[in-house]
Amino acid sequence: MMGGFTALLARDLRLVWRQPGDVGVVLAFYVVAVVLFPLGIGPETNVLQRIAAGVLWSAALFAALLSLERLFAADHEDGTLDLLLLAPWPLELAALAKCTSHWIVTGLPLSLLAPVLGVAFGLDGESLLALFATLLIGTPTLSLIGGLAAALTLGARKSGALLALLALPLCVPTLIFGAGAVETLAAGEGLATHLAILGALALVALGTTPWAIAAALRQAGE
Amino acid sequence: MADLHFLANPARFRRFSQRVLPGLGFATVLMLCACLYMAFFVAPADYQQGQTVRIMFLHVPSAWLSMMGYALLAGLGASLLVWRHPLAALMARAAAPVGASFAAVCLLTGSLWGRPMWGTYWVWDARLTSMLLLFFLYLGHIALSRAYDEPERGDRAAAILALIGVINLPIIKFSVDWWNTLHQPASVTRLDAPAIHNSILVPLLWMAVSLLFLFVFLVLLRTETEIDRRRLENAAAQEEGAPA
Repeated sequence: MMGGFTALLARDLRLVWRQPGDVGVVLAFYVVAVVLFPLGIGPETNVLQRIAAGVLWSAALFAALLSLERLFAADHEDGTLDLLLLAPWPLELAALAKCTSHWIVTGLPLSLLAPVLGVAFGLDGESLLALFATLLIGTPTLSLIGGLAAALTLGARKSGALLALLALPLCVPTLIFGAGAVETLAAGEGLATHLAILGALALVALGTTPWAIAAALRQAGE
Repeated sequence: MADLHFLANPARFRRFSQRVLPGLGFATVLMLCACLYMAFFVAPADYQQGQTVRIMFLHVPSAWLSMMGYALLAGLGASLLVWRHPLAALMARAAAPVGASFAAVCLLTGSLWGRPMWGTYWVWDARLTSMLLLFFLYLGHIALSRAYDEPERGDRAAAILALIGVINLPIIKFSVDWWNTLHQPASVTRLDAPAIHNSILVPLLWMAVSLLFLFVFLVLLRTETEIDRRRLENAAAQEEGAPA
């Protein structure tokens, strides 16, 4: 059973490896989107420090959404999805494999990139570490919820805008606790509560979305 | 449950709703008139909130009904996915805009009340934010169910969304208790104080009942319209000679 999971994951990663530009575009979007805020708001360091976590988190959310529209669409067009539906192993695992590959390709690099950009906002070392930790725990949730939105909008008209409308409200709790963690650190409190809540959100998403994605894919394949 | 399954047949439902709707509409108008009179002229002004307390008579029931409406969407979604009831899809399609309207009324009246009471139209408090998210979930449901060329696909995608989105309901319900410490306590709604005087509480509950009647009336009427629309579309498709 896990053989199918790893095979699909390896295939998706290989596809990305052969087209590394796709990941580069997402990361470039992230950098450009984040850089707009200091330019638009002004260079006062205390203001930038105050908004850094929120900006870096929101921009990561948007960047993660960018590549979602194609998550299942390519497989839907070339018939891979039909084979996955017929495959002898659960479709839930296939959904999980797709979301995992999405996280490895976007969530993980974004988590690594965010602290680097955080330096430009004048965050101290502790906050940068907190930013990295919250993104590392929070972005899997974004990939899972985004995967659900991608599966639901598969084959819909104007699926890109619709995908954002569906995914963003569901991602708000993750955003609040992710960005809030860095703020509580600045207020002198510990990180543990926020990290625990982020972990809980990720587990809830892990326990629900694969089934919902599989259900959505099944009715898309009908 | 057996009775609800009995109504799952659209033709039977339509006969049922046609019998019920005129009386229900009449009752709704009468009750709304009576309750609005009670809320605006009979109920006393609050000693602290003054006349603005009357906004609550519309605000609180709208909040209840918008949450109830989303629970209804989730229930309909489940019955569509589990039993494939054709009526559940049509009713969800009919109910979502009604629920969204109640959510919008709740947000608008809330911010109109907030201006004189809190001194601001909007605060980013947990309950306000989660109510706003409920409104967005409604919009997502409406957009998704109408985004496909085959309506059945939209219905089922929206049903899955409703089942996932229903997680938001307990968050709204308990947000005031859970996040007290993170937000200034002044922004917690005052109605959760146990002592609401009966002179306010009774009109409030009556208002809730009459708005519930309005909700049911609108949903039944719109469901009937959806059934007729689906029939007309099918008839038109057959007339074209359906090149199957």
